[in-house]
Amino acid sequence: MTDASSSVDVSGGAGAPPRRHRLRAAGSYLGLTPFAIYVLLFLAIPTTLAVSTGFFTEDGTLTLDNVTGLFAPNVLAAFGASFFVSAVTAVVGAIVGALVCYALLGLRPDGAVRSFIDSASSVLAQFGGVMLAFAFIALMGGQGLLTLFLKDQLGINIYENGNWLYQVPGLLPVYLYFQVPLMVITFMPALQGLKLTWAEANATLGGTRLTYWTRIAIPVLAPSFLGSLLLLFANAFSSYATAAALISQGAQIVPLQIRAALVSETVLGRENMAGALALGMVVVMVVVMWGYSVLQTRTSRWQR
Amino acid sequence: MNVGAEPGRITRVVILAVVGIIFALPILAMVEFTFRSGLSGGHTLDHWTGLVSEDAARTYRGLFQAIGNSFILAIVTVGIVVVILLPTMILVHLQFPRLRRVLEFICIIPITVPAIVLVVGLAPVYSVVVKLLGGATWTLAFAYGITVLPYAYRAIQANLDAVDVRTLSEAARTLSAGWMRVLWFVLLPNLRRGVLAAAFISVAVVLGEFTIASILNRRNLQTALLQVSQSDPWVATIFALLALLLAFVLLLSIGRLGRDRRTS
Repeated sequence: MTDASSSVDVSGGAGAPPRRHRLRAAGSYLGLTPFAIYVLLFLAIPTTLAVSTGFFTEDGTLTLDNVTGLFAPNVLAAFGASFFVSAVTAVVGAIVGALVCYALLGLRPDGAVRSFIDSASSVLAQFGGVMLAFAFIALMGGQGLLTLFLKDQLGINIYENGNWLYQVPGLLPVYLYFQVPLMVITFMPALQGLKLTWAEANATLGGTRLTYWTRIAIPVLAPSFLGSLLLLFANAFSSYATAAALISQGAQIVPLQIRAALVSETVLGRENMAGALALGMVVVMVVVMWGYSVLQTRTSRWQR
Repeated sequence: MNVGAEPGRITRVVILAVVGIIFALPILAMVEFTFRSGLSGGHTLDHWTGLVSEDAARTYRGLFQAIGNSFILAIVTVGIVVVILLPTMILVHLQFPRLRRVLEFICIIPITVPAIVLVVGLAPVYSVVVKLLGGATWTLAFAYGITVLPYAYRAIQANLDAVDVRTLSEAARTLSAGWMRVLWFVLLPNLRRGVLAAAFISVAVVLGEFTIASILNRRNLQTALLQVSQSDPWVATIFALLALLLAFVLLLSIGRLGRDRRTS
C-alpha cells in the first residue's frame, strides 16, 4: 500500500489525515467502474450466457439433454474434424514458422528484411476470414491460377477426387496461411533470447553446430516452441470466419455447428444446443490456453 | 566468427525465398483474378474502371454503405479503447499496482473465449441493446471493443512499462497540476505511441471482423464482401485487396512507431 499512497501523499504531505486519504482511495476506485461495467456487460454476461444456456431448455427448465447432445455422432465428428484441422495446421505451421524465425537469426532487428517480415506477419496472422477465402479460391479454386496452370501445363487435375477446397481438407492450406505468420510473431522473441555467449561457450569447449542445437538451443527453446504450438492450435480451433466463407453448406467443424444451431429456424430449442457447443469449445480452449501459460512461465525464465 | 548459432547465407536465402514465394502466390492470384474478363479466360481492365464509372455509386451502393459502417465501427471501437481502457490502465498502473494481474487477466480472456462462442451470449445481450439504443450498426462496436482488448492492452502496456509514468505524474502533481491536466498534457503525449499502436491494430481487427456481424445479421465490410462475391466476385476481390493493403499500411506504421521509440 505504501507504493500506491506515495503518489497521493505528494500534495497532501506525509501528515495528511487518514480520512482524506480514504476518500481519495474511494474516488480512485470509482474511476475503475466504467471499465468494470463495460466488461461485465459485454464480456462477463455474454460468456456466462453462452456457456450456461446449454443447461436449459427453451422454456427455462434445467436439462442435460443439450450437453449429452455433444456426444451425438455428428457432433463428435465435428469435434474430431476441428481437432484434426487444428492439430495438423498447428504442427506444420509451427515447424515452418520456426524455420522462418531461424532464417531471420543474425539479421539486424531494425533492418529492412526483418521489419518487412515482422509487419507482413502481423498482417497475415490477422488475415483470416472472407478475404483469405477469396485469395485461395483465386489461387486454387476450380478456375484458380494454380489449378489452371497445373492442369494446362503439367496435366495435373488437383480436383480429381472431388472439390476438396470447399470441405474440411481445404481448410488445411488456407489455415496455414495465417498459422505460419502467427508462429513467426510468437516464436521470434524466444529465438532471439538465445545468447551468443552460449554458442561461443559451446565452440570453445569443442562443440559443433550439431551439439549446439541438440544440447543447448533445442532444450532451451522446447517449452517456448510447444507453447507457441498450443497457441496455434487454439487459434485454428477458434477460427470461424474463414471456414464460414469457404464451406457454405454443412457443419463439418464445431464453429460451423454453432452457426447451424444459431441460424436454424426450423428446429426449436437449437439455440440451447449452440450453448452446449459453446461450452464444449470453451472447455477445450481453457485447457489449451492453460497449457500455453504454464509453458510461457517456463520460457520467461530464459528470456530474462 | 560463426559459432553455429546463425544460419548460413544460402540457408537463409533458400528458406525465406521458398516461404516468401508460397505466401505471395494467393495474393498474386487475387490480383490476377481482378483482371479476368470471365471466371476463366481473357483479361480486362473493366472491373477496375467500373469502380470509377458514373453509375458505380449506384451499383455498389450496398458495398459502399457497408464500408462506411465498418469505418464508423472502427472509430467507435477506438473511442472505447481510448475512453474506457486507457484511463483504467493508467489508474491501475499508478494507484492499484496490485490489480495489474487482474486487469491483464481480464484483457486476455477474449483470446480464450472465441468470437463464435461470445456471439452465442451476445445475441440475448444485443436484443436488450437494440431496445435501448436501436438496431444501428455502430452498437456492434461494444462487442468489438471486447474483441480488440488483448491487442490494445498489449500495445498500451508496453508503452506504460517503458515510460516512468509515476515520476512524471508526481512531478506534475508537485507543480500543482490537476489530474486532468496531468493526463492530458503529461501522460498522453508520453503514451502517444502506445495509444496510436492500439488504435491502429484495433482498426485493422475491426475492418476484418466477420463472425459477430454475420451471426447478428449486421452489415459490415466483411459480410458485404461475402454477399457481393456471389454476384460480382471481381469487385469483391478488388475490395478485399484494398482492405488488405490498408491493414498492411496500418501495421507497418505500428512497426515504425516501435522503432522510433528505440532510436530516439
